Amino acid sequence: MLTASDTAPRPAVADPPPPSRGRRRRRSLAALWPYLLVAPTVVGTAFLLVYPLVRNTVMSFQHFGLGELIRGGATWVGFANYRTVLDDPEFWTVVRRTLWWTGLNVVLIMVLGTLIALMLNKLGKRMRLALMSGLVLTWATPVIAATTIFQWLFQSRFGVVNWLLVKLGFASYRDYTWFAHGGSTFAILVTLVVWQSVPFAALTLYGGLTTIPAELYESARIDGAGAWETFRLVTFPMLRPLFALITSLEVIWCFKCFAQIWVISEGGPNGATTTLPVYAFQIAQSLHKYDLGSAVSTLTVLILLGALVFNLRRMFREEGAQ
Amino acid sequence: MSTLTATGKAARSRTARPGVPGGARPRRRSLRRLPLNLAALFTLALTVFPVYWMVITAFKPTTAIQSDTPSFLPLHPTLAHFGTAVHADGFGTFWRNSLTVTLGAVLMSLVVALLAAFAVGRMRWRGRRAFILLVFTAQMAPWEALLIPMYVIARDTDMLDKLSMLTLVYFMTTLPFTIVTLRGFLAAIPVELEEAAQVDGCTRPQAFRRVTFPLLAPGLLSTSLFGFITAWNEFAFANTLIIKNQDARTLPVWLSSFSNVFGTDWGATMAASSLFMLPVLLVFLVLQNRVTSGMTAGAVKG
Repeated sequence: MLTASDTAPRPAVADPPPPSRGRRRRRSLAALWPYLLVAPTVVGTAFLLVYPLVRNTVMSFQHFGLGELIRGGATWVGFANYRTVLDDPEFWTVVRRTLWWTGLNVVLIMVLGTLIALMLNKLGKRMRLALMSGLVLTWATPVIAATTIFQWLFQSRFGVVNWLLVKLGFASYRDYTWFAHGGSTFAILVTLVVWQSVPFAALTLYGGLTTIPAELYESARIDGAGAWETFRLVTFPMLRPLFALITSLEVIWCFKCFAQIWVISEGGPNGATTTLPVYAFQIAQSLHKYDLGSAVSTLTVLILLGALVFNLRRMFREEGAQ
Repeated sequence: MSTLTATGKAARSRTARPGVPGGARPRRRSLRRLPLNLAALFTLALTVFPVYWMVITAFKPTTAIQSDTPSFLPLHPTLAHFGTAVHADGFGTFWRNSLTVTLGAVLMSLVVALLAAFAVGRMRWRGRRAFILLVFTAQMAPWEALLIPMYVIARDTDMLDKLSMLTLVYFMTTLPFTIVTLRGFLAAIPVELEEAAQVDGCTRPQAFRRVTFPLLAPGLLSTSLFGFITAWNEFAFANTLIIKNQDARTLPVWLSSFSNVFGTDWGATMAASSLFMLPVLLVFLVLQNRVTSGMTAGAVKG
């Protein structure tokens, strides 16, 4: 892919014939072009990404409350904010909850996504098209539209889920208020995130499945491999990079999921759905402790750093392989 | 389980269909496929139902919505809820705000990304790898962790409650992805085409504009599709950066507070959700076809 341009003999670094002065000037001008082309990106990143990150880090080492926000003049406090956050047992509860939330979502997404991808691969043409259209429809549903839909589905009085559960014989779900209980709100949020994330995983994995040569399956069949063995010995090894990619992306996405949780429960009831991004936002926006919020944000990024660096290394390795 | 045979069969039947006449074998196969198809139907139902339920609720009269046995088919469709949603306070303004912010961000990032993608994909220069690393890092940026500093910065620079601030943020959130995808599309277009045009007397920019750019159009479209969806759906920053000036709100924030607007009027809420989803769906449908056809027509990636 990229080799074509890499081997292209264009702005060669060292050309044998000695260039005249005018040509040299033109060449040095030409050498500037790539830098001019990437300049807008670099400037944008500096102002809109690097600066906020730096500001966040600086704020986490300052005393920065409502007063400092309005009047300025924040004072340096060293690691005091981090000590406050790390000494708070609630922070650790939130960390544990976030890990549980991320793990549960990612496992469900990957298992369901894989199953649906395998199913797509085996379906007839028409059924496959129908299911793929359904997945695309789900994928296309905006997060906020989905949150309103789920609030309606699980509404206590006229919600269709309660109606269905009562019909199925679970009479205790008549007028059940899902969003008043921590556990059920958590479950609904997991359902929502999984429902929205599975299409990406399933369609991407299906795309990968179609690239596996049929001969591999054929020879596995001749060797007498069963369904599970085929998946373990043929499908999974072939798609390992794709699995790694999707898993790491889903880990990042689920870990920093904010909009769904904030809109449906704002972290409640009783903090049962407060994950780290929600926690940081609550501290900063509701309690006006911007310093503590920044410290939590920084810690969130640090916890996520493993997954982020893994992803970055993978991207860069692919880059080098090209 | 007959996973393997089914896969083999499916793969073969896809390639060598026309020769097979109807008879006993297809029927046996369809019978064996019944569990698979039932599972697929069940999955399809789970996938589609929430959206279906939104649309059908939006069209139901209120009496049917607030009934003890819900109806699953639109028996007496009405447009009343759409009327309520459209005539809700500020609906037109929020719609326009969302469109302005989204289109502004997408166009900005397309232009900026195209320049960068060209530099990365078609030129060799010192710092190229560092730049790619920067883009990848930016793509991984944990934006949700930047809500607080972004709020403080917007406040300090007098950019709070302004749509331009939101546009800039969305530009930056979509930019890295746009660069990476555009570069991918660019890499799929043989550089030889451009070189041939240069041999024929085109300057480098001309060669790019006349040869590569038209081939890149499907890529630009599909990339803008994803940018559009990201910006159109964004909630967290819109919710944080637009606080006092309610007229500068965007649709997601407005919709998220539907209970303040519509109370328990679920018909109107679902109608508003449907209207919010409609552009995304249209963009998906329109571009999906064009992109795939463009990809196959170009047939460069093989």
